[in-house]
Amino acid sequence: MADKILKKLNIKVWRQNNAADKGRFETYTIDNISGGSSFLEMLDILNNKLILEDKDPIAFDHDCREGICGTCSLFINGRAHGPDEDITTCQLHMRKFKEGETITIEPWRAASFPVIKDLVVDRTAFEKILQAGGFISVRTGGVPDANSIPIPYEDVEESMDAASCIGCGACVAACKNSSAMLFVAAKVSHLGKLPQGRVEAKQRARSMVSKMDELGFGGCTNTRACEVECPKNISITHIARLNREYLTARLSE
Amino acid sequence: MSILDSKIPQGPLAEKWSRHKTAIKVVSPANKRKLEIIVVGTGLGGASAAASLAELGYNVKAFCYQDSPRRAHSIAAQGGINAAKNYQNDNDSVYRLFIDTIKGGDYRSREGNVYRLAEVSNNIIDQCVAQGVPFGREYGGLLANRSFGGALVSRTFYARGQTGQQLLLGAYHALNRQIAAGSIEMYTRHEMLDVVIIDGKARGIITRDLVSGKIKRFGAHAVVVASGGYGNVFFLSTNAMGSNGSAAWQCYKKGAWFSNPCFVQIHPTCIPVHGDQQSKLTLMSESLRNDGRVWVPKDKAVAEKLRKGEIGPGDISEEERDFYLERRYPSYGNLVPRDVASRAAKERCDAGYGVNAEGKAVYLDFKYSIERLGKNVIEARYGNLFQMYEKITDVDPYKEPMMIYPAIHYSMGGTWVDYNLMTTIPGLYSIGEANFSDHGANRLGASALMQGLADGYFVLPYTIGDYLASEIMVPKTDTKAPEFEAAEKAVTQRIEKLFNIKGTKPVDYFYKKLGQIMWDYVGMSRNAEGLTKAIKLIKEVREEFWKDVKITGEPNNLNPELEKAGRVADFFDIGELMARDALDRNESCGGHFRDESVTDDGEAKRDDENFTYVSCWEWKGEGLEPALHKEELVFENVKLTQRSYK
Ligand SMILES: Cc1cc2nc3c(=O)[nH]c(=O)nc-3n(C[C@H](O)[C@H](O)[C@H](O)COP(=O)(O)OP(=O)(O)OC[C@H]3O[C@@H](n4cnc5c(N)ncnc54)[C@H](O)[C@@H]3O)c2cc1C
Ligand code: SF4
Ligand code: FES
Repeated sequence: MADKILKKLNIKVWRQNNAADKGRFETYTIDNISGGSSFLEMLDILNNKLILEDKDPIAFDHDCREGICGTCSLFINGRAHGPDEDITTCQLHMRKFKEGETITIEPWRAASFPVIKDLVVDRTAFEKILQAGGFISVRTGGVPDANSIPIPYEDVEESMDAASCIGCGACVAACKNSSAMLFVAAKVSHLGKLPQGRVEAKQRARSMVSKMDELGFGGCTNTRACEVECPKNISITHIARLNREYLTARLSE
Repeated sequence: MSILDSKIPQGPLAEKWSRHKTAIKVVSPANKRKLEIIVVGTGLGGASAAASLAELGYNVKAFCYQDSPRRAHSIAAQGGINAAKNYQNDNDSVYRLFIDTIKGGDYRSREGNVYRLAEVSNNIIDQCVAQGVPFGREYGGLLANRSFGGALVSRTFYARGQTGQQLLLGAYHALNRQIAAGSIEMYTRHEMLDVVIIDGKARGIITRDLVSGKIKRFGAHAVVVASGGYGNVFFLSTNAMGSNGSAAWQCYKKGAWFSNPCFVQIHPTCIPVHGDQQSKLTLMSESLRNDGRVWVPKDKAVAEKLRKGEIGPGDISEEERDFYLERRYPSYGNLVPRDVASRAAKERCDAGYGVNAEGKAVYLDFKYSIERLGKNVIEARYGNLFQMYEKITDVDPYKEPMMIYPAIHYSMGGTWVDYNLMTTIPGLYSIGEANFSDHGANRLGASALMQGLADGYFVLPYTIGDYLASEIMVPKTDTKAPEFEAAEKAVTQRIEKLFNIKGTKPVDYFYKKLGQIMWDYVGMSRNAEGLTKAIKLIKEVREEFWKDVKITGEPNNLNPELEKAGRVADFFDIGELMARDALDRNESCGGHFRDESVTDDGEAKRDDENFTYVSCWEWKGEGLEPALHKEELVFENVKLTQRSYK
């Protein structure tokens, strides 16, 4: 099966040299892109062209290129991770675009994710939230046998659903309030659904939520935009659990 | 030669590690607080080590090039992690895991190391469960297992098709806990560009802050390199785009010997290459071979029709299908080790039976298990892999067989280390995929995660004490020392040099050329003529690169192109050393296949008389031939036999 070739595309992309720079859109054209190429491969080709024209290539974040590391983070044609369902930017393929189309590419826009350069943003805020309590406090060694605590199948599956979050930040980028609730809720469910994680569950919810607020992420008003754009299908039912966990934590204070 | 003392403890195999632990020195808590350790890389190896060392009380500085430790390449591991728990009651044991790993590695690894690995494997599973890793479970609530290639027991623990992700998150959580506690300083978006040696000991590193472009110095009492593998030397591989060999290579150039560089693993089940715009290859986990059957048509004319798109796989009847793995290897069937499965696929495709337009693909078919188990079961086991496949290829693998082909995946070779995981430079350690230690000439599936975590959680935190115990009187490293000065200068000059070439071609141009040479001559099968040619060709491309590469943007800003240029520059050197090593090793073993060394029926033929050694290469200077040293492998417990999976 030969892939169809997109003979010409216009790429309208956000250029910003550093955090202090104001930034602007620039438009480039690019020819002969295979529909079987990934979106990032298209950007590689464009970048090699820019280099030959003595221009600075477009900086964008990526690493695994298979939808698991959560590094890639592009806002394409008004959608976090672009026009396809349940995927990250690196899994988006050019067959989703039309000949001659103008494709608009922006970085994640959120006050808590400042732009570093072009399409690369600083997601250190996510690190800080997890450092505030997104873990189970065990040391290396001295733990019980792995089969000493049976865990109901359904609970582990639900924990695993939540644990699939890749920390990409699309939920924040898609949300008009730039809320990080889905991200926080995913971690709270991942650990809270397991008996090992129950011990610190309340404390965990409380510390992570207050860190999130402190870092300037907005509140959740249930627009569900996060769930729609989340590449890993993290469900907003986890937000309901987080709210319960958080409330009982506050009540027991 | 004393420098190659592997420090394998004396005594019976099963007692070596416990005896060693009692014999090595321990540092007091008060002294640990005075000691600093640098950990380069925070994948499974580095994150588990950094967290465990910090828990012990050492001051740790950890580095990674991504914006978060959670994004290390380990995150991409799919299938699972091995342990000798024997939860399935199928007669598994530490000894059996040891034997499988030694045999799987084609008898080119150390008995002592491998036994220790098998021994601590069970602690890893306990540790991960305590951290909240949601491993797959049975309905009764106990842990589930699956089978992997190269083993007849079911000992692989998994978290859907995202085992690496979940294990890394576990280690990352432990790391975060220590960062919050102030015992780890984490430097993300920092790339190590050199290691600093003072009076023969590792004392620090030079890094580039990838955001500001600033070159910085960091001092410590010991340096641990956990920077992953060098598979990206092939340009197209299943590794993450940023995976590189540079950190290990800088260690090599500072005097750490490099072992078995030619041992790289080709994974049999990857999505085939299409066209020429591709940037990387995607793995389809080996666990799929549990439920998928590999086949090509029996008839060349039928294959020809497939290639032209005239017929589809559904048009081919059962009798016309050649399940060549089941045919050639009846006892292991589709679960033969990776090297065997890869070569068998290549053999069929080279013989004209390939099934995609390029003639470089075979089928991996789930029809049979869907019929047997139902779609739901298959979906629960591999749902995310099937989705990944469909997104890339636009083909639904529930309906049509997957097309797969081998691709470069893992590097067994790496920095030489002794039993303590120390390199030939005192105070410099190497763990995880970056070292050469436990997998010999071929790694079994689900054993890399095991090794990374074994090194980081349970081996290094003990063994590093043996060295640091004699460093307690040593003051903090002075980063104003002339050695730091010189190292920083060299790093800065190299960056200036790259910028000043102002040539006519982007880095990728040279990188793709290198990748092609490697795949053609240092790939799945190798011979003296091709390897000699590869060495010559690599030299030519390297020369061209240093004359004609073009890098734009600024040195003092985020500049991914500059980062790539530095890594590719090192890949030329690594590629050349791989070819040299492959040329020296005139035998076929594990992932290394020499056309000159085959049995009558075309299987790999090992030559134990001449090659039962670890090759150890020593850097002799720019433009000079490296020196080869040999660590003879001693087998006291295992009898060497030709591997057979028939
Ligand atoms: C697609 C895929 C699937 C796999 N599946 C399995 C599986 O199912 N089971 C299994 O056992 N194994 C599997 N493997 C192999 C396994 O994932 C790796 O071998 C293992 O995760 C390597 O871990 P590591 O910690 O050594 O290195 P990595 O995870 O590669 O981490 C390297 C770290 O070093 C850092 N780094 C690198 N260079 C520098 C530098 N110069 N300066 C600063 N930091 C640097 C990186 O930022 C990163 O933090 C798979 C591999 C791939 C590619
Ligand atoms: S919740 Fe979804 S969108 Fe948000 S960070 Fe996690 S994976 Fe990304
Ligand atoms: S690059 Fe890793 S998820 Fe896209």
